[in-house]
Amino acid sequence: MEHRIWNPTMECMPRDQLRALQDERLRDVVRRVYENVPFYRNKMQQMGITPMDIRGVCDIERLPFTEKQDLRDHYPFGLFAVPQTEIVRIHASSGTTGKPTVVGYTGGDIDRWAELMARSMYCANIGKHDIVQVAYGYGLFTGGLGAHYGAERVGASVIPISGGNTTRQLLLIQDFGSTALCCTPSYALNLAEALQAEGVHHTKLKSGIFGAEPWTEAMREKIEEMLGIDAINIYGLSEVMGPGVSVECMCKKGMHIWEDHFLPEVIGPDGHGLPYGEQGDLTFTTLTKHGMPLLRYRTHDLCTLTDEPCECGRTHVRMGRVMGRTDDMLIIRGVNVFPSQVEHALLQVEGIVPQYQIVVERSGNLDTMEVQVELSPAFMSDTVKDMEALEAKIVNSIASHALVHATVKLCQPGTLPRSEGKAKRVIDKRQL
Amino acid sequence: MYVKQISVFIENTPGRLADFTKVLADHGIDLVSLSIADTTHFGILRGIVADPDRACRILAEQGYTAKLTDVLAVYVPDKPGGLAAILSKLAEKNVALEYLYSFVRNAGDHALIIMRVDKLEDAVSVLRDAGVRMLTQEDIQTL
Repeated sequence: MEHRIWNPTMECMPRDQLRALQDERLRDVVRRVYENVPFYRNKMQQMGITPMDIRGVCDIERLPFTEKQDLRDHYPFGLFAVPQTEIVRIHASSGTTGKPTVVGYTGGDIDRWAELMARSMYCANIGKHDIVQVAYGYGLFTGGLGAHYGAERVGASVIPISGGNTTRQLLLIQDFGSTALCCTPSYALNLAEALQAEGVHHTKLKSGIFGAEPWTEAMREKIEEMLGIDAINIYGLSEVMGPGVSVECMCKKGMHIWEDHFLPEVIGPDGHGLPYGEQGDLTFTTLTKHGMPLLRYRTHDLCTLTDEPCECGRTHVRMGRVMGRTDDMLIIRGVNVFPSQVEHALLQVEGIVPQYQIVVERSGNLDTMEVQVELSPAFMSDTVKDMEALEAKIVNSIASHALVHATVKLCQPGTLPRSEGKAKRVIDKRQL
Repeated sequence: MYVKQISVFIENTPGRLADFTKVLADHGIDLVSLSIADTTHFGILRGIVADPDRACRILAEQGYTAKLTDVLAVYVPDKPGGLAAILSKLAEKNVALEYLYSFVRNAGDHALIIMRVDKLEDAVSVLRDAGVRMLTQEDIQTL
């Protein structure tokens, strides 16, 4: 198998050289956040350390962790490490409650992101001869623009169709002869089935980069078989950059983390780093970001790392599939959803939080989220239209606070299950 | 001139209505009139009972969400055009009808119809001026 490598110097750098580069870049980012971000300066001062104490990666455990809550506490721009005049792009993802999680990029950050997404495109064998249909959402979500810039960087022809509108997706796949597809894996399956339903058995598609939600090897096999493509797994999160933090090569045996830009750790329940091969909380330090650098950001994604050499020739460590979460975050059609957001949305409508339950299922290939809400006496009406208006109000509140469409089902009080006095909030029936 | 209707939220799943009627039976509550508005997920059961306050209290104790609403219980001549004549009077005065349903029992040559309207007082004066008889809550208790 031929492996196309966008930046062989960096991607195949011997590991000792890579470590030396990380040491240097870690010292730099620690100095930058200490000087420019009061949150980090205060934390480091409380821990009794200065940038001088950090010699390199060997001292990583002396640095403080960063949690999603810290981003919320400094909403919106409090963790930016440069003046607003240096920020050229702002993205946001859903926060744990109400307010979104905000990230800012300098021109240099956008350039580095495009470079890493270009590497990712090459990993999936996508280059200038390709027509790339980007069916990730464009907007505050990083998926669309992330894939877009990477595909442009390698010289591909980009179709920025964004997510949804399956009929139009199928039309362009056929009429424009798209050779590559970027979207969530569940949407890829959806498109594959829609193509079959239309009796289309041959397209020019040959590869796809899929991510933003958990998927399985079984789903990969199905997508590859139905679309006749190589389906490549990509990983990222807006806090760290967006898509392209790590990606599989054509070996499809784990995602290479771009270690010249991100320093990964796998943290165990005791808060200490675990050796390669052991499963824990994936944590990243951004080595080269200037807009909003983060030290030891806890993703709460459970996975393992390996530094075994890869057949493709890249030396960067690989992470396995994300096996779960260490918090209660759900991923619904690529959108991160926390039960606390749903709770907040209900609070906005009703003034109090009623007993509720979230039921997640995968019907066909798409995730569905139903929020079952016990009806409060204050909202009881004798007319159907009032009750349906209440349902619609809750649906809209969830859509605006959690950025996801949920169906709402009103339930009789006392009917939702409670365990040990505390309700069981989430029933995830997806078989992943 | 009003009667109190009790409305109860019932989930649209098998057995829920049976459970509900059992509660009524256990507490000797008699529905003299009944209708159910249903959607995919839930139904709103509406009924007239002799002692709505007691019924509401008992249902709340049993975990049901119930609500009392003032409605009209109207004597309608039990012949073609009987209802039409009354409804057109209401329409003339721009009184909108949310829903209506009939009593389980009738009263001789009249049907008893429950009407939920948007402008209760207007509706009462229109019907009274037209000589239409309506039941009061006291009447219900002696039915």
